[in-house]
Amino acid sequence: MPPFTRVTAVAAPIDLPNVDTDRVIPARFLRKDKNVPEYSSFLFHDVRFAADGTERPEFVLNQPPYRGAQIVVAAENFGCGSSREAAVWALAAYGVRAVLAPSLGDIFHQNCFKNGLLPVILPGDVTAGLRRQLHERPGATLTVDLETQTVTAPDGARHRFDVDAFRKEMLLTGRDEIALTLGFESQIREFEARHAREMAWAVPPRPSA
Amino acid sequence: MFDKIWARHVVAKGPGGHVLLYIDRHLLHEGTTAAFGRLAKSGRRVRRPDLSFATADHYVQTSPGTPTADAEVRAMVDSLGRHTTDQGIVYFGVGDPRRGIVHVIGPEQGPTVPGITLVCGDSHTATHGAFGALAFGIGSSEVEHVLATQTLWQKKPLTMRISVEGRLGPGVNAKDVILAIIAKIGAGGGVRHAIEYAGSTIRGMSMDERMTVCNMSIEAGARAGMIAPDETTVAYLEARPWAPRGEAWSRALDSWRALGSDAGAAFDREVELAAGDIAPTVTWGTSPQDALPITGRVPDPAAAGDPGRRESMARALAYMGLRPGTPLAEIPVDRVFIGSCTNSRLDDLRAAARVAQGRRAVVPAWIVPGSGLIKRAAEAEGLDRVFVDAGFEWREAGCSMCVGMNGETACEGERVASTSNRNFEGRQGKGARTHLMSPAMAAAAAVTGRLTDVRTLTA
Repeated sequence: MPPFTRVTAVAAPIDLPNVDTDRVIPARFLRKDKNVPEYSSFLFHDVRFAADGTERPEFVLNQPPYRGAQIVVAAENFGCGSSREAAVWALAAYGVRAVLAPSLGDIFHQNCFKNGLLPVILPGDVTAGLRRQLHERPGATLTVDLETQTVTAPDGARHRFDVDAFRKEMLLTGRDEIALTLGFESQIREFEARHAREMAWAVPPRPSA
Repeated sequence: MFDKIWARHVVAKGPGGHVLLYIDRHLLHEGTTAAFGRLAKSGRRVRRPDLSFATADHYVQTSPGTPTADAEVRAMVDSLGRHTTDQGIVYFGVGDPRRGIVHVIGPEQGPTVPGITLVCGDSHTATHGAFGALAFGIGSSEVEHVLATQTLWQKKPLTMRISVEGRLGPGVNAKDVILAIIAKIGAGGGVRHAIEYAGSTIRGMSMDERMTVCNMSIEAGARAGMIAPDETTVAYLEARPWAPRGEAWSRALDSWRALGSDAGAAFDREVELAAGDIAPTVTWGTSPQDALPITGRVPDPAAAGDPGRRESMARALAYMGLRPGTPLAEIPVDRVFIGSCTNSRLDDLRAAARVAQGRRAVVPAWIVPGSGLIKRAAEAEGLDRVFVDAGFEWREAGCSMCVGMNGETACEGERVASTSNRNFEGRQGKGARTHLMSPAMAAAAAVTGRLTDVRTLTA
């Protein structure tokens, strides 16, 4: 997983609330290997491209100043709906490193952390203010700094955000979470022994034929 | 109840309030096979194959005789069969009558029981919370993590209790209850929360109905939704193939009976609804929160106070091809879909059949049972004859037209009366327009060709 420390990049505003992961990547692309070169074109595919494959000019990432944005500033409940991690893979394939929003779909939020993408929760008035600045100054950059837990706006204002200590450490180091957990093998084994005594019924029986 | 289950599954404490949570049950489907590939590549094995169960539902087609549409899908399904066989995981594959939608067969076969933690790489995993399990959907990386370690790093969510009290009116059922709940708290209302559904209305529901309610927790933003187990739960589970047996069964019963929330348990948020206020409900927009009683009219974005809301409503109406003020019961439909992990169980099929009986579908209408066993049980009751005689299409089990990834989709611009869980743009096919509703309401739409108040048919 690529570590995340600090990113200064063009940010794209997405004003629509409740952007679901079906919109981020339509279901018909989920069978594709995330390493295929065209994966980034699946991102927002049906709102980004017309039926003939040409770009829809009204979509923010098709407007030259926002093209290639590495930061997305979204509205409430971005990434709601399906658990498809492909939504994060498509954002990452496009080059997005951070998503800022007043709230995020819970599963999407978790999936970000597994792929080196930083989810930043900021109050609704702050994200609305950031989006307004990005509309007024297309192509403006934001700085997202995980170490200091701050977002620096185009107008120079700095906004502090909370991030869980565990997730922060994992992102800063880009550590493999499974390898970390396998280091807890003895605790897991102890737990299983205790669990087998206290909740023996929780292990399913082999059905009698 | 949530706190009791959580506390019993903490393996270790990590920084920042995270805990390593033990996972009692892992359900798998062919959409999550990539995790097996990554696991193999890193030289890791499945830690507890005895706690995992797999089936093929998302990509399998439901037209009789053609389970897979193309070589790509066949490869995915075969890959799941191969990996589960290699690792010793129980697999309900194509041709097995027990195969079905993962959230239908978990309870049906008995791996789903109260008091456990259960995960699946699918957002509708909260369905299993109907049994008093802590069940939630996870992403592909988390699937791999569970396969390798049987644990997940999790932060404790907030808790919300939603109480529904009173008797539901005629023609009103579990789907209407959950749509009303989502409309009330919003599509993001449950974010970072685990929901407990309570109250006399919920307690009076069958397990099939409770699953419908818990299933759509994610449409209100909540990863988990649960209902305390009671005698209805116990009666459903007894003698299921993978439910506890003998001595284990009686010990499980003792544990389950003590699982419910204690009187005076505190929740971070409480929400209350009166059953009598809930009418047969349909959605008009592109978020499950866009739900109204069938007696209502398409809302006017101009009446929305918030400019963001105004814009998203206008966008939804443009996509749905609807004009403000149109009575919902005058909206014509092109197609009907009765199925999905929300509404494909025997109770759902019976409710639809009661409406279809003696009537005639005037638009294409599919019935997709949730599992092969439900299909058989419905046929034993003669429901298939009722549907076929009424011009409905009786199909094989699977996710079908709910999920838009198996080739079973609606056409651009087509309007679908659907018992599924999501009316997102493009969910049932690019440009397809979805109205969510109960099985009875969907059957009513099939026989009239428009959104219909089922009470006007059954009265």
